[in-house]
Amino acid sequence: MLTFDKKLDDDKDYQKDKQWKDETRKNCKERRNSFSNLSGMEINPLYSPFDLENTDFERDIGYPGEFPYTRGVHRNLYRGRLWTMRQFSGFASPEETNRRYHYLLKNGQNGLSVAFDMPTLMGYDSDDPISLGEVGRCGVAVDTLADMEVIFKGIPLDKISTSMTINGPAPIFLAMYIAVAQKQGVPIEKIRGTLQNDILKEYIAQKEWIFPPEPSMKLIVDTIEYGMKHTPKWNTVSISGYHIREAGANAVQELAFTLADGFAYVEAAIERGMDVDSFAPRLSFFFNSHNNFFEEIAKFRAARRIWAKRMKEKYGAKDPKSLMLRFHTQTAGCTLTAQQPENNIIRVAYQAMAASLGGTQSLHTNSMDETLSLPTEKAVKISLRTQQVLAHETGVTDTVDPLAGSYYVENLTGRMEEECEKYFTRIEHYGGVIEAIKKGFFQREIAHSAYMQQKKIDKKEDIIVGVNEFVDKDEDIEIQILKIDPHIEEKKVKELKELKSSRDQDVLKEKLDRIKQAAQNDENLMYSILDAVNVYASMGEIVQALKEVYGTYREPVIF
Amino acid sequence: MEKIKVLVAKPGLDGHDRGAKVVARALRDAGIEVIYTGLHQTPEMIAEAALQEDVNFVALSILSGAHMTIFPRVLDKLREKGIDDIVLTGGGIIPADDMKTLHEMGVGKLFGPGTSLEEIVNYFQETSKKKEVVVS
Repeated sequence: MLTFDKKLDDDKDYQKDKQWKDETRKNCKERRNSFSNLSGMEINPLYSPFDLENTDFERDIGYPGEFPYTRGVHRNLYRGRLWTMRQFSGFASPEETNRRYHYLLKNGQNGLSVAFDMPTLMGYDSDDPISLGEVGRCGVAVDTLADMEVIFKGIPLDKISTSMTINGPAPIFLAMYIAVAQKQGVPIEKIRGTLQNDILKEYIAQKEWIFPPEPSMKLIVDTIEYGMKHTPKWNTVSISGYHIREAGANAVQELAFTLADGFAYVEAAIERGMDVDSFAPRLSFFFNSHNNFFEEIAKFRAARRIWAKRMKEKYGAKDPKSLMLRFHTQTAGCTLTAQQPENNIIRVAYQAMAASLGGTQSLHTNSMDETLSLPTEKAVKISLRTQQVLAHETGVTDTVDPLAGSYYVENLTGRMEEECEKYFTRIEHYGGVIEAIKKGFFQREIAHSAYMQQKKIDKKEDIIVGVNEFVDKDEDIEIQILKIDPHIEEKKVKELKELKSSRDQDVLKEKLDRIKQAAQNDENLMYSILDAVNVYASMGEIVQALKEVYGTYREPVIF
Repeated sequence: MEKIKVLVAKPGLDGHDRGAKVVARALRDAGIEVIYTGLHQTPEMIAEAALQEDVNFVALSILSGAHMTIFPRVLDKLREKGIDDIVLTGGGIIPADDMKTLHEMGVGKLFGPGTSLEEIVNYFQETSKKKEVVVS
């Protein structure tokens, strides 16, 4: 068995290693002053066994499907089953979205992922004055159960898994999805999919919150508890680093803040009285795959190791499934360029490969035109084909965790873990994640990283092809972009108003009052919300009822 | 030269504030006085803040696709308040055709993805020297 704990001055191999490195540094001119990754870690010209002095094979690497899961949560990974190719989509009307889903399924996609529009994400109905101009723009507008029935028309919910990217009003959407399944005659214990339902990263990065942090956490624990009892195949929270990274965080910050959020949910659910092994297996993760290839792979590997160790050692989890960090990956939207947009296809392909070498369970590849608008059908097809080429032609799926044992990758994986632990200590000093949010800790860290990254690009310390180097002067971006019909908004608002006036107002009021009462009594709200969506109470009406009890949140302004 | 004063605003529901914050900080580091509104501002709130703070520029960051609704509404609100010496500018995911249409309506230069901070800072400094009146 390899051990990497020798660093003796009289060791011949160590002397040779040291000599080679010293001579190379002294004699070989380099094209830049220093090499570092996007987290600012200095990268050496060469890695060798002596760079793994802190790595212990059994403790830190081990075998796939075994603790600490650095090498993956499955024994045979993609030899058994390829990752799920899941393209995030949804736009305009429920009808259009349903049509796009049938198109994607016909082209070989095997899971759905719903993108909602801004008003929906923020808990406003399409007919709310604040929604004007944003209905159906960057996702599908959903107001009531009627819209969800249209979106999933002809799609059997016991066969297809669905991911819903929604956070503030997440319990309402879980309730609507359950209601659609029931109407299709599908037993709800059979539904499979994921609710993003990660409010902490909203306060930290994406800023789509509704209520203050404490009641938001209560709602999430409600869904965890409900899921544990009624929907055992449903992933209740998708703890997301994606948005943290997109907001400007570097890889270490993405990893540390995301895992810290995950542990905060674990602690909240334990505090409710749940056994850690009753809910932890249904927590899943969502990471970003950015440009620096090996850094990203190390990040994914470190994520699994840190999660497994903490879940076992700190929270006493015993079920192996509680220790396994399963994750979805999306390639980094913020790396795409408006200039020479076809180059984005190449960026996405490398990022996708990093995700597969990192052992992702599912993957979304971005489309080349996303800095310009929502993707066209052609662009979406190319990005899906990128995954299919990766999965079927490159051979990277033939063996599990092929980069394990690489001196560089193992060294980087170890450093990721160390840097993460430093952030955990800082967060603890603030009094935990929620306190750190209120004091603007994460927001400041991310804003600072984002600014520094932009400065590096401006100074050409980081090269972005087509943007600050290899620029096509007078480039006229000729790319077909998807236009959203402005009449969709008018039609949606009109339909919603008709539906709202057709309901039995007394029944509606009773259901909404029941939600408020449940909130005041601190009951699990899933049951009363499910009753309300079944009488076509709108999402905005339910959110309003909850706002009356919980209030709203405003963040500290930091830049 | 009088000190340049800029109101950086995030209108609408979209919370993607990375660009707004990076630009706000770059302007501040260039010696420009910056007021950042924070999220979820209505056109009315933005025009009112512009009036109260007596700024030379209002810079909107819009990534949600709602630019064709929001820019004209902010222009209208500024005009309603009799403000005619402010340049309304901004950036985000805005297709070239839309930029042209907005410019014809009286909106200043709009910046897309990949713009350097230097280019943005220069625009504020140069435009300010020219004392160009865009909202009229």
